Amino acid sequence: MSRIHITTTVNGEAAEFLTDPRETLLDVLRNQLGLTGSKEGCGTGDCGACSVLLDGVLVSSCLVLGVEVQGKTVETIEGMATDGALHPLQRHFIEHAALQCGFCTPGILVAAKALLAQNDNPTETEIRYWLAGNLCRCTGYDKIVRAVQDAAAEMRGAA
Amino acid sequence: MPKDELKAGFRLVGTRPNRPDGLDKVTGRARYGADIVAANMLHAAVVRSPYAHARIKKIDASRALALEGVKAVVTRADFPTGLTGEDWNLQENTIAGDTALYDGHAVAAVAATSALVAQDAARLIEVEYEVLPHVTDVDAAMAPDAPVIRAGNADHSVPEGMHPNVVRYIDFGHGDIEAGFAAADLVREGTYKTEATHQGYIEPHACLGQLGADGRGEMWVCTQGHWYIRRMCAAVLGIEAANLRVTPSEIGGGFGGKTTIFMEPLALALSRKAGGRPVKLVMSRAEVLRATGPTASASMDVKIGMKKDGTITAGQVNFRMQGGAFFGMSPIAEALPCAFACYDIPNLMHEGYEVLANRPKAAAYRAPGSPMAAFAVESLLDEMCRELSLDPLQVRLKNAAKEGTKSSYGPTYNRIGLVETLEATMAHPNLSAPLGPNQGRGVAAGFWFNHGGETSVSLQIGEDGTVGVSVGTPDIGGSRASIALMVAETLGIEYEAVRVNVVETGSLGVNEPTHGSRATFASGKAAVEAAESAIKQMCARAAAEWGIDPEAVEWVDGAARPAGENAGKFPPLTIGEIGAKMGGTGGPISGHHESVPGGVGASFGVHVVDVEVDPETGKSTVLRYLVVQDAGRAIHPAYVEGQYQGGAAQGIGWALNEEYIYGADGRLQNPMFLDYRIPVASDLPMIDTVIVEVPNPGHPYGVRGVGETGIAPPLAAVANAVAAASGARLRTLPLSPPKVLAAIKAGQ
Repeated sequence: MSRIHITTTVNGEAAEFLTDPRETLLDVLRNQLGLTGSKEGCGTGDCGACSVLLDGVLVSSCLVLGVEVQGKTVETIEGMATDGALHPLQRHFIEHAALQCGFCTPGILVAAKALLAQNDNPTETEIRYWLAGNLCRCTGYDKIVRAVQDAAAEMRGAA
Repeated sequence: MPKDELKAGFRLVGTRPNRPDGLDKVTGRARYGADIVAANMLHAAVVRSPYAHARIKKIDASRALALEGVKAVVTRADFPTGLTGEDWNLQENTIAGDTALYDGHAVAAVAATSALVAQDAARLIEVEYEVLPHVTDVDAAMAPDAPVIRAGNADHSVPEGMHPNVVRYIDFGHGDIEAGFAAADLVREGTYKTEATHQGYIEPHACLGQLGADGRGEMWVCTQGHWYIRRMCAAVLGIEAANLRVTPSEIGGGFGGKTTIFMEPLALALSRKAGGRPVKLVMSRAEVLRATGPTASASMDVKIGMKKDGTITAGQVNFRMQGGAFFGMSPIAEALPCAFACYDIPNLMHEGYEVLANRPKAAAYRAPGSPMAAFAVESLLDEMCRELSLDPLQVRLKNAAKEGTKSSYGPTYNRIGLVETLEATMAHPNLSAPLGPNQGRGVAAGFWFNHGGETSVSLQIGEDGTVGVSVGTPDIGGSRASIALMVAETLGIEYEAVRVNVVETGSLGVNEPTHGSRATFASGKAAVEAAESAIKQMCARAAAEWGIDPEAVEWVDGAARPAGENAGKFPPLTIGEIGAKMGGTGGPISGHHESVPGGVGASFGVHVVDVEVDPETGKSTVLRYLVVQDAGRAIHPAYVEGQYQGGAAQGIGWALNEEYIYGADGRLQNPMFLDYRIPVASDLPMIDTVIVEVPNPGHPYGVRGVGETGIAPPLAAVANAVAAASGARLRTLPLSPPKVLAAIKAGQ
């Protein structure tokens, strides 16, 4: 199948690639752009390990085709730390031991960042429902929820 | 034991520093199974049987091979013949021989220049099947009219006259079971069933393998144990173990499911056939659920005798478990010893049957067999406590096993902490939280062994006094942090000065996987021994420099110091000073230790859960959850809590939602996360934890294996809470809303 030329912006930098129209955005990020931080846990939009922001909207990149990102902006886990400084969510995840194997962590961090962008003071229930699309099999979510709460508090204090 | 005094003496053990791999894992840099590429790499796809049981009459790959970009196709014909025992099991499961034994059984594999071409090619491989009768239920597989999955598999233990699908029989016990029941005031029995569940690690199996015509190869793979990968791949492919170098990736969860091989030899066989080009093989989620992992399904009879005061006089179990179409895969031999391990019971009888069924080859899943056994025994105990109006925790305390108790499975317990765990449970505020309408509280206890296993660790002193530690147990939940803490504590240096690396198979002697709750116990114990060995050498270097006897040097706070009559005669030599000049004082200093460590420490846990059951829908909501467990000593408490919470969450999923659903056609109906529903964040409350510390005398820092016990109690604890909340006593898992609703209605 002939491949299609796409230009887009990934983590603030111009990017371009040739893609088979059957390839997902996740395939493109991982295999063509070398951004393997986004993970494939299911390929069916059920686990959230591939979560990225597409024009600021949280999506499962396994459910977006590579050809769909023409002219759009994509933000992945690799763009979350800025100028060498970790995002408060990243720092609190480490400090809270909110990860064990770490495989779901990039997707959860991207999703949590999207939550805090629209709600800077979420309740525990709001965090749990927002992250209900991000499966974690190791932690039981307890430390993840606490890390998000603490990061949110820190970000409110800093604002 | 004055455990607080012991703990007070530690500088680092028991603290919560950031894990060394944390930064990589929050930035996306950590490299998992599917995250690397090799030059000239091919991609593979696997053709799988759509039938539960079918003879493979013909495989025609000609159309696939004609597709541009396809470089190799392998079938069973590309593998050596004549394997026996578990090696045959592994080969047969890797790729079917003349018969596909379950839905999803691999039949052929193809390598091509891209993943898309490989998937297209897999669809072009034509397989002609003759469908055979199948059976997937454990009890049905034992019935006289059940189709025979493979004749001649039963071992000598199986009583005569049983169906050929029954392949193993185990019985043991002690005391006089009939006298025990005769001495009881109440004797009750019940039959309990659990469905198969999957470990549910979020990272699908993935590997990158390369094998040349000379029989030498390499593999990058997500695994809990790369020496197992090496040995198993070598056996399946007929190559020599030392010629296969296996490097473990970061691992995206395992829970026992990544302690064996599934498709790894296919990547190597394809590589060999494609002229040695590296081949990447990554499973889809549906492949993971259909063809890897799951645990056994179980059907279990339990009978218990109890006096009015709660004393258990006798216990009897008869368990039947299927672990797929392969001998030896059910955890029957682990389930039986776990059944009554928590209690001191004078009269016990255990019987168990392993049964073949047309299901995937079961793999270990966190405390294999223990959750099922605990579901059966702890449910019946709860029913009896209610009938006798006894407090379920008091009854467990009254019968609790302790140091000196002859365990249900034979050995006499060393120091164990079940009594302390029960006492800590009773003291917890969750026990006095008020319950509203349709709410109920359930408790259950659970047990898991701890495993030593082949262990080899080496430790290197750097020129600047920093320390590298090479271990062979993949870090699945923070073990690098725990091992670094123990090494730094032993050497008297900072945590940050120790870097623990999980190294490839060429770097150490054979290591068993991270299984049996052994990584922090066994690799930790070996790392401490290796550090002690390095200390001895550093003391000897100092002694030589000072011209005194090495025995007259002691190691304190990261430095060699003259001791005894020489005390104070020379200034201390720090690890950094010794490291800086070791090139001129005798060469590199390293410590090494290899053994099969003894002194394992069993861990007991008690869970308390509050559940609300919606009487209109049958849906159960977990309101409150408490895990209390003996860790021996928590080296890094945050990751011990993480094990407790993760085990509880998996057990809650098993209790409420998760199950393998097979259709009448023998095909798995729910091979995706949408339908195989593991707990999500909104399903769970915070999971409260209490770490009890009754140090294990067999470990230098008192460690017990903590990883697995946490999944044993939840199945029964949740079922007991649902019974308390709704009056519906369910003896078959999962407690899905329709099932609970039907039971409520039936009881009204």
